[in-house]
Amino acid sequence: MTVLTHQQLLFLLRGFGWTIVLSLLAFAGGGVLGFVLALTRVYAARPLRTLAMLYIKLIQGTPLLILLFLTYFGLPALGLIVDPLVAAAFGLSVYVSAYLGEIWRGSLEAVPRTQEEAALCLALNWRQRLAHVILPQAVKIATPPTVGFMVQIVKNTSLASAIGFVEMVRAGQMINNATFRPFIVFVLIAALYFALCYPLSVWSRRLERQFDVAHR
Amino acid sequence: MRYDLDFAAPLAHWPELLVGAATTLGLSVTATVLGFGLGVACALARTGRSAAAARAAGAYVEAIRNTPLLVQIFIIYFGLASVGIKLGVFTAAVMALVVNVGAYTAEIVRAGIESVPRSQLEAAQCLALGRWHVLRHVVLPPAIERVWPALTSQYVLLMLASSITSQISTEELTAIANRVQSDTFRSVETYLIVAAAYLLLSLLMRVLFWGVGSVAFPRRRRLGTPL
Repeated sequence: MTVLTHQQLLFLLRGFGWTIVLSLLAFAGGGVLGFVLALTRVYAARPLRTLAMLYIKLIQGTPLLILLFLTYFGLPALGLIVDPLVAAAFGLSVYVSAYLGEIWRGSLEAVPRTQEEAALCLALNWRQRLAHVILPQAVKIATPPTVGFMVQIVKNTSLASAIGFVEMVRAGQMINNATFRPFIVFVLIAALYFALCYPLSVWSRRLERQFDVAHR
Repeated sequence: MRYDLDFAAPLAHWPELLVGAATTLGLSVTATVLGFGLGVACALARTGRSAAAARAAGAYVEAIRNTPLLVQIFIIYFGLASVGIKLGVFTAAVMALVVNVGAYTAEIVRAGIESVPRSQLEAAQCLALGRWHVLRHVVLPPAIERVWPALTSQYVLLMLASSITSQISTEELTAIANRVQSDTFRSVETYLIVAAAYLLLSLLMRVLFWGVGSVAFPRRRRLGTPL
């Protein structure tokens, strides 16, 4: 007796693919926005800095599910026609940007101040200081926690199922509605998520040991 | 296209929303207390003498931390029901949240335990304290005090994540919001109100944790400095 038919398994794997696509979109969108946020929080004028901080606090104090509902219902209210993928990618990007913004701000601030001062003494302008002195060091500090946060992104894409985007969980729900085998279907889905997230977790830990920022 | 915000209709449902917020808080506090117990137990297992227990706790932590809460909720609610273990919605929700946050707590508390200097353990052994007394008086209090800020953030995240239990129709804030928005057709306004409610709840959780922390850690209360 087979538990899932060939087609059902294929359907689930297509959902798996969409989970990956959505994760990448959220990481790209959230990364760009988060980078701007991090720079704003470190280098911008005080009012802008406060604004960026408020944005981060607001987003971090709201559940992702509510953010997704807001983008799913809110964007059409603004007159935009969006399909679930766009709404999910947008909502996730906003969510991710707040967390990456904080992680990267911490990394920028973790670069010793003397480095910036030395660069100033060499008469480098802000862009040169950032590109050649601060960022190369900050990226190294930021890599392990960023990879660790990717795990959160992948897991959080599961919430896109609530606004009707057919990623892996939604696909699983549909298969379950046809087969009534929730235990097997959802354990299989959990295993697929694990296969995606565990390597990232291990990679993040290895990077952490490799760079060993805390004990330099 | 212009869109006029109208908060009156969803705000008229404030008694239900308030009940929902109370349910969310109840759910979160219950899961926090039980999850903390589970997490500390797993952290002790991971740092303890028994290799088998350490491996089991490690497997639990990795399995939970690398799978989404939503899937864990579905496995516990739908999955267990299909193999004959039928749980109520609220029980299933609490159980899923406890199992989930227990794994994160275990990792945080383990970091705290590992930060206790070896010399303190040796000093305690020199005073002929038993294993339980060493844990109770020498290891756990400074370990937990040191990671208290991290625990606070984790449990605020838990409170926000409890919104996911609306997917098995636990009657908490998000589920009530879903109903209110389909009653009033004012979805954006409803979710904005609920987002504000969650912000207040996360503030409340932080205050609660600060309060518990200042009662539980007399050293911090007296000196006001982090460990």
